[in-house]
Parts: sequence; structure tokens; C-alpha cells
Amino acid sequence: MILGKVRVQTSINGEAVEFLCSPWQSLLEVLREDLGLTGAKEGCNNGNCGACNVLIDGVLVNSCLVLAAEVAGKAVTTIEGLATPDGLHPLQQAFLEHAALQCGFCTPGVLMAARALLEVNPHPSEEEIRHWMAGTLCRCTGYDKIVRAVLAAASVVEEVKR
Amino acid sequence: MHPFDYRLARSVDEVIATLASDGDRARVLCGGTDLLVQLREGRRSVDLVVDIKQIAELNALEYTPDDGLRLGAAVPCYKIAGDSTIARVYPGLVEAVGLIGGVQIQGRASVGGNLCNASPAADSIPALIVHRAVCAIAGPDGWRNLPVEQFCIAPGRTALRPGEILVAVLVPTPPPRSGAAYLRFTPRNEMDIAVAGAGAAVTLDPTGATFVSARVALGAVAPTPLLVQAAGDALIGRAVSEAALDEAAHLAQAAARPIDDVRGTVEQRIHLAGVLTRRALVRAIARARVSM
Repeated sequence: MILGKVRVQTSINGEAVEFLCSPWQSLLEVLREDLGLTGAKEGCNNGNCGACNVLIDGVLVNSCLVLAAEVAGKAVTTIEGLATPDGLHPLQQAFLEHAALQCGFCTPGVLMAARALLEVNPHPSEEEIRHWMAGTLCRCTGYDKIVRAVLAAASVVEEVKR
Repeated sequence: MHPFDYRLARSVDEVIATLASDGDRARVLCGGTDLLVQLREGRRSVDLVVDIKQIAELNALEYTPDDGLRLGAAVPCYKIAGDSTIARVYPGLVEAVGLIGGVQIQGRASVGGNLCNASPAADSIPALIVHRAVCAIAGPDGWRNLPVEQFCIAPGRTALRPGEILVAVLVPTPPPRSGAAYLRFTPRNEMDIAVAGAGAAVTLDPTGATFVSARVALGAVAPTPLLVQAAGDALIGRAVSEAALDEAAHLAQAAARPIDDVRGTVEQRIHLAGVLTRRALVRAIARARVSM
């Protein structure tokens, strides 16, 4: 049996999006290959590294383990949706100031994970950050500056909210 | 990877009909965190995945003191851990669920999927066993219940018959003065498969010094998660003591029949079965006493 395409209506970074995909294609593949959203990266393609992290209805997931067809009717958030027209997100600013990236390959996934953490836990401890980020790997930095940047951003995010 | 079709199912009956007609060329898709990996690696091949995540009965997350917990098979782990009532009544279960994969995996994976994937090392299953959980199964011949400890029959294989699906897991309300815990050993902090795991549940007498009942289950040390009946039975009526814990730990070790593989040796796993059983019992006892 030869399979046709699935038509998917979804929302990405607040924008209504419609695309065609093969039933077996992952969300990661469709984001990168068909929608031009190359921020999410393929690090392992099996849910181990977090380079493909996105939010689906606000929940942090590996986009390599989601079929593109499964996001019909959902709200997807990618790294491209982190900054606003007003400027960088405090996390992005903190990552620059604290040199929390080197090659940058993991950085979109790291930022999405950090963003999701601050949504559920606005004042994480270092241990809580490391535990939450354990499914998001970085080969370059050794994680120390990433953790410091997240701690710094957490206090800024609180300021902004106040 | 063999191309496959995707279908979103709207009802339990539709899933049963699809599985009955497509035989073993169709498979249920829930969180996808096991299935999609297996399909990509060629360990499984299907023509169709059936998405069950929008079926109401599979998304039940209901607790009453009289009826216990009804946990729909499709409920993602993060919803279980995030429910304050469930965290209060079933800390041992929430503890196990919180160890599955990591944050991103728990955003998609379900306890139902953890059961149906039937890994010998599945983290939720020893915890479910010690809680006396029951699987609610629907199929072409109707509904049936099956104790969790009978659900996995071999690595990657369950007791589900053709056309059957797991709809929910029913977890009784723990009796007063009860506590449960699950621990495992892994080399990484997260995102690892248990080298060995142990679940324990105890109920104490009103003084908190004697076991009224106890249940021990092991993971990753046999082809399926194991209920170690002897270890729990040995504690009934005994005083809570180092000697009692030692005996339960030794009985757990005697029941373990692990293999050597990349994650650990037979010797290490048997050793861990004893250590983890003891620690799980200690934690369960502490939780039982705190609840008093």
C-alpha cells in the first residue's frame, strides 16, 4: 500500500500553520526540512540528547519522538519563538553575558529546556536546574556556565514580572 | 525504516477493531518514546500506528478514597507527577514515574506505555506491583482485569491477546499506616535504564513497630518485573528490625535471576537487588510512619 500525505493544521510560535507531511515523519524533520525552522537540532534522533527540544502546549518534549501528524490542533513553541520583537528573552541575554555556549549546537535545546523550567519553577536551585536539564546534553561547556546563566536569568525574569 | 500510516482513533472500539483487522502490522501509539525509537532502529516494523491519546477512557486520572486511583493508559507521566493528590496518596508510585527517562520523555511517555513496552527494567512496574495495581483491558471478547504482576510475560511481550488494549491501571487506596517506595541503580542521573530496581510497600500496626503486610517487587533482574512474594510474606507479623530487613533483602536476592549485559553483571545485579530492596523498605517504612 502506498501512503499519501497527511494534512496538519497547527500553531507554531503563535502563528497558524498548515503543512503536508508523510505519516512517519517526525516533528523535528518537518520543522527543519519543510518549515525552515532549523533551530531545533538532530543530535541523536532517539530522545536522549535534547537538541531537538520544543514545547507542545507548553510541555517540554523531544521533537524527534513526536510525529508531525501528532501536533494537529496543538500549539508548538520552538526556539525561534523565544525572543520577541522587543528583544532577547532574559535567558538568551544571560547566556550571552555568562558565555553559556561554545559551538552552540545544543543551545536551542538548552534554552527551551531552561525556559520550560522557569515556567514551572521560577526560583530553581542549582540542583533543580541540573536535574531538569539532565536530558539535554552539551559537549562543549561542561554545563557550569549554563547553570549560572539560568540562575541569573531566573532573577531577571522575576524582576520583569514584578 | 519501513514507512507506516498514522491514524487518530476516537474510541476504544475503533482501536480494537483496527488492531483485530490489521493484526500485528498495526501498533498502538501513545507517547511514542519507545515505539518510534524501535521503528527507526528496525527492531519493530508496522504498517500503521494508531494514536490513542484522544480517547477519553484512556485519559482518566481519577482518585477517590473509596475506589482508589484510575490511571488511564494514555496519561503522560508529567500529569501523574503534577497531581498533588496522587503525589500525596501514592508517593512511591510518583517516585517511580518521575524516574522514567527525563523531563522531555515524561512530557510524552505514559505508565500504560511503560507497561505495554514490557521492558524487564520498566521503572513504573515494580511500584505498581507493590501497590497491588490491576490492569483493565478491553478487547474483542470484552473487558477483563489482570494483576499487574501478570501483565508482562517476557521481554517486550505482554499478556494482551490479539485486538486487546490496556485501557487503565487501577491502583487501590493504600490502607492506613502504609508507605511505598521505588529505587533503582543507574550510572547516569537520568535518561538511563535501570541496572536493578526495587519497589516496596508496607503496612504497619498502630505502634508502627510491626509489619501488618509487606510487598516487594524487583525490576531489571529477570525477564519481567518480579513480584517477590516470599520477601513480603517473611515480614508479616514481624517486628520492624534490621534482621527482618536483612531477611527480606536475602529473599529478594534469591528471587533475582538477572543476565550479564552492557549495563551490569549477574553478580552486581544480585547484589543490588538486596541493597535496593532494603533501602526501598526503609523508605516505605518511613513514609508509613510519617502518615501515622
